[in-house]
Amino acid sequence: MYSEKVMDHFMNPRNVGEIENADGVGQVGNPKCGDIMRMYLKIEDGIIKDAKFKTFGCGAAVATSSMATELVVGKTLDEALKVTNAAVAEALDGLPPVKMHCSNLAEEAIKAAIEDYMRKNGLLTEENSEACSRRCDDIHRIDDED
Amino acid sequence: MGDKFIYFDHAATTATRKEVVEAMLPYFTEKFGNPSSIYTLGRESKKAIEESRDKVAKALGATSKEIFFTGSGTEADNWAVKGVAYANRQKGKHIITTSIEHHAILHTCQYLESDGFEVTYLPVDENGLVTPEQVEKAIRPDTILISIMFANNEIGTIQPIAEIGKIAKTHKIYFHTDAVQAVGNVPINVEEMNIDLLSLSGHKFYGPKGIGALYVRKGTKMISFMHGGAQERGRRASTENVAAIVGLGKAIEIATEKMDEYNKKLLALRDRTIEEIQKKIPFIKLNGDRYKRLPGNVNFSFNFIEGESLLLMLDMKGIAASSGSACTSGSLDPSHVLLAIGLPHEIAHGSLRITFGEENTQEDVDYLLEALVPIVERLREMSPLYEKDKCSCK
Repeated sequence: MYSEKVMDHFMNPRNVGEIENADGVGQVGNPKCGDIMRMYLKIEDGIIKDAKFKTFGCGAAVATSSMATELVVGKTLDEALKVTNAAVAEALDGLPPVKMHCSNLAEEAIKAAIEDYMRKNGLLTEENSEACSRRCDDIHRIDDED
Repeated sequence: MGDKFIYFDHAATTATRKEVVEAMLPYFTEKFGNPSSIYTLGRESKKAIEESRDKVAKALGATSKEIFFTGSGTEADNWAVKGVAYANRQKGKHIITTSIEHHAILHTCQYLESDGFEVTYLPVDENGLVTPEQVEKAIRPDTILISIMFANNEIGTIQPIAEIGKIAKTHKIYFHTDAVQAVGNVPINVEEMNIDLLSLSGHKFYGPKGIGALYVRKGTKMISFMHGGAQERGRRASTENVAAIVGLGKAIEIATEKMDEYNKKLLALRDRTIEEIQKKIPFIKLNGDRYKRLPGNVNFSFNFIEGESLLLMLDMKGIAASSGSACTSGSLDPSHVLLAIGLPHEIAHGSLRITFGEENTQEDVDYLLEALVPIVERLREMSPLYEKDKCSCK
């Protein structure tokens, strides 16, 4: 059911781990739904220098996390914000329909990590605490499925 | 992937036994007659069916006239529940079952609810057990059927069937049990256990797929499931799947003969696996009753990880198993059984079911443990839930 590329990124995920003193950290998903993605970004001069992730989830969740980190490294923040779930899925040679929400999660994780960076650097006016709870509770749109 | 392949999913299905296939083969080719035909070729098929029926009856302590062949265990469940419900509608509209039944029962009950019946879904305790007292309390004057599974397909818990049967008998209510996972694994006697209807499925005990049977106690008032010819004494029309029926008979005969030896072997594998996993891996939970469980069933939840990932990694090691995680069910909710025994969603997502069969050995268990321990560790290392000191998000 998974493409070879998904299996490769699942069995040999790129960029697993954490970045100490990361410039931006974003977490999305909900353990209730069976997946959580946390992304760490190192950002210098508006460019993503490094990305790492930790994920609790299925094969597709791990593979999309891995692919998302590969896609954003080297990009400017604006470019990274334009990485869509479709782009992540396409880079993995597609995902089974029931797993498309995993790619949503990857897109949201990138956004959450960048927003965290912008907030820390006064580029965003949102309140931190609210953003945190919003991310964790709402992003994973299970009702889109089925 | 290496060449290694170990199958630990016998609750899903089993391979058809060689002797069973051999017994079946002639009925595809030279003995192809329609059992309803009057000439010798037809009569041979008919005879084979009746011999098979005798074998099934013998395995259950029933009489041959009480055995009806069906296309599957699911069909047997559907027929039992709908058949009794519709035939006894004048008497009452209430059915008692449990929250951990197979979907073949649960969805049938939900369908009946949409047609005016009322269903009580008994909750289970943390090990997946219902008590006879619970069943008795749920009985109403209009209760027409109690349907409680013999043994659970996911967590292996075996219910107090004989005690429930006694209660059903006292209250003169039909008692059905979905014994799809139990037949061939646990001794069953429908007389001693006061069972009025019992479903079974061939491919769970080394028989072929696409064949099941329903035991219906003589005198049970129920409607026919399939309307058409006079097969199965008019109760289940359809030209009989002769080869599969022969296979089912052969398989149940062998399973009954070998049950003691088989159980002894499976128990040793099961108990060692449970003990070793408990010893080697922290943050786990055994799902299902430790002792009142099927001899071949092991079901654990591993905190902080998700079941599908675990299955994929085991598959890469040549190990076939299953999980109650949402990702493996094609839906987004984890197993209703694991939720019913009180597991939080995230723990239910991290479950692993190992079900042993006769070809498994202690060496297979060694191999499983050798693979499992580092895989769990690796997935935990990757999991943001593993270290709880970072984000406080829930």
